[in-house]
Amino acid sequence: MALLEVDNIRTAYGLSKVLFGISLTVEPGEVVALVGRNGVGKTTTMRSIMGLAPPQQGSVRWMDREITRLPVYHVAKLGIGYVPEDRRIFPELTVWENLDIARLPPIGGAKGDGWSEEQVFELFPDLKDIQSRKGGVLSGGQQQMLTIARSLMGNPKLLLLDEPSEGLAPIIVETLRDRIHLLKTGGLSIILAEQNLEFVLYLSDRIHILEKGAIQYTGTPADLRANPDIQSKYLTL
Amino acid sequence: MPPIEGKTMSMLANPTFLFYQFMNSISLGMNIFIIAAGLSLILGVLRVINFAHGAFFMVGAYVCWSTVTYLDGATGSFWLGVAAAAVVLGVVAFVIERGLLHYLYGREHLTQLLFTFAIVLVVGDLAKMIWGTDQYNVPYPHGLSGAVNFGFALYPAYPLLLCAIGVVVAVGMWLVLSKTRWGRIIRAATQDREMLSALGMNVPLVYTGVFVIGSALAGLGGALAAPRVAVSPGMDATIIIECFIVVIIGGLGSLWGSFLGALALGFVTMFGTVIFPDWELVLAYVLMLGILLWRPWGLFGVSEEESH
Ligand SMILES: Nc1ncnc2c1ncn2[C@@H]1O[C@H](COP(=O)(O)OP(=O)(O)OP(=O)(O)O)[C@@H](O)[C@H]1O
Ligand SMILES: [Mg+2]
Repeated sequence: MALLEVDNIRTAYGLSKVLFGISLTVEPGEVVALVGRNGVGKTTTMRSIMGLAPPQQGSVRWMDREITRLPVYHVAKLGIGYVPEDRRIFPELTVWENLDIARLPPIGGAKGDGWSEEQVFELFPDLKDIQSRKGGVLSGGQQQMLTIARSLMGNPKLLLLDEPSEGLAPIIVETLRDRIHLLKTGGLSIILAEQNLEFVLYLSDRIHILEKGAIQYTGTPADLRANPDIQSKYLTL
Repeated sequence: MPPIEGKTMSMLANPTFLFYQFMNSISLGMNIFIIAAGLSLILGVLRVINFAHGAFFMVGAYVCWSTVTYLDGATGSFWLGVAAAAVVLGVVAFVIERGLLHYLYGREHLTQLLFTFAIVLVVGDLAKMIWGTDQYNVPYPHGLSGAVNFGFALYPAYPLLLCAIGVVVAVGMWLVLSKTRWGRIIRAATQDREMLSALGMNVPLVYTGVFVIGSALAGLGGALAAPRVAVSPGMDATIIIECFIVVIIGGLGSLWGSFLGALALGFVTMFGTVIFPDWELVLAYVLMLGILLWRPWGLFGVSEEESH
């Protein structure tokens, strides 16, 4: 049984239609990538799953349960974590406070189980030293680490990671990639939206290429590596 | 403005009188602060300008008067009235928020504004039906009708206590907002409610809680003001203007800003009445204008650009 099943969703912002029937599944422990140029609907797909932009048609099923019209906070509590592309750190809260408010008990677990800030700091040691700094003054790399760390505090089973490498220096992108890989090895499922193809090829099990709000191609990293035509058709500028 | 009269000058040269006015300013400021703090909290989190806050203040004063009257002024009846005022307004706020306001968050500001204005009219009329149009006086609570001897001057005990209660409320709110998880969540809600909900927080419930607490503060402030003022219809109009001045001076949603703003308003009102009688309310606006020219976002406010 798939963890997440997105079935033919159509989403619009007001009158402007953005998604034209997206379907995808995520198995436990799997990393599924959404790639494609700017504005093809990667973020909107994630926002639809999260309930931030509920689809007009189609359904989202999570662990065999319909979650399409659930309030956002409810979806989060069921174990879906969201790392938005603009990071959305609370600027007036310290690093530690940003983590503290995101604390949720794991599904079926007690309050003390799951991620603690100590464990989060082991994964992202840089954050430990800046615990008491305000979120608003962090560098881009620190903010990205904090956004991921914050979502881990909610003990998700699935992470929606929207363009984590965007705007970061290559060396930081590499560190980030390794940390995300660690999370994957730990059994976390991830939907990863990215423009950085190397990042995607390294981390994903399956890749969906989007264009104009629909999936145009699906394959494994090996498939995509072997197919430069597809790459140039959908991914290069 | 009219020239300062010789009589006023000699009053201001009298240290006892100065001390008295100084204490009166703080006492008035602290009373206003308790009420404005609630308005500021609601504005910061819900982004709703609640015109009904003044009406809640008025009902708080009436509830206190009714409690004291019903219990025949028995010892402790005043404090029971204070507690009752906070609880009654908390319940009223809960019903209004869950029943009506709740459905208006997605709407434009004007709709919300008109809604809270409608609440002002409804609550005002209900208050007239329940309490009539008479003026009531609430006596100072037992044991607090005397004065405290400072050595060089006497000062009445009740307004002195009011100063202390204001500080306790300010420090208490600061502790809750900065040192507890619920406080952190409330601060996060002022910054990015959508992200907060994506982290699993039931933001509408946070809103209800904040509206209830903020309104209870209005009720508390009204009850505490009851012995200082004539409890009567129309007392809601003055206080809501004063609260808005305080919140604007202090910076929207800032606790310590409201604290300083309320003190400033207390001083301007108390000394203004002496130095420029008849100009009292004008002075409050002059104070606001002056501070806004100096700091357009208020004492502790941040501009929209800075905060993003
Ligand atoms: N809030 C909104 N209101 C109206 N249109 C929107 C809104 N958000 C996105 N869109 C439009 O929807 C389309 C898809 O946007 P989306 O953000 O999902 O794309 P994306 O693949 O994430 O792009 P990017 O790589 O730039 O992040 C775009 O044409 C965009 O202009
Ligand atoms: Mg995007």
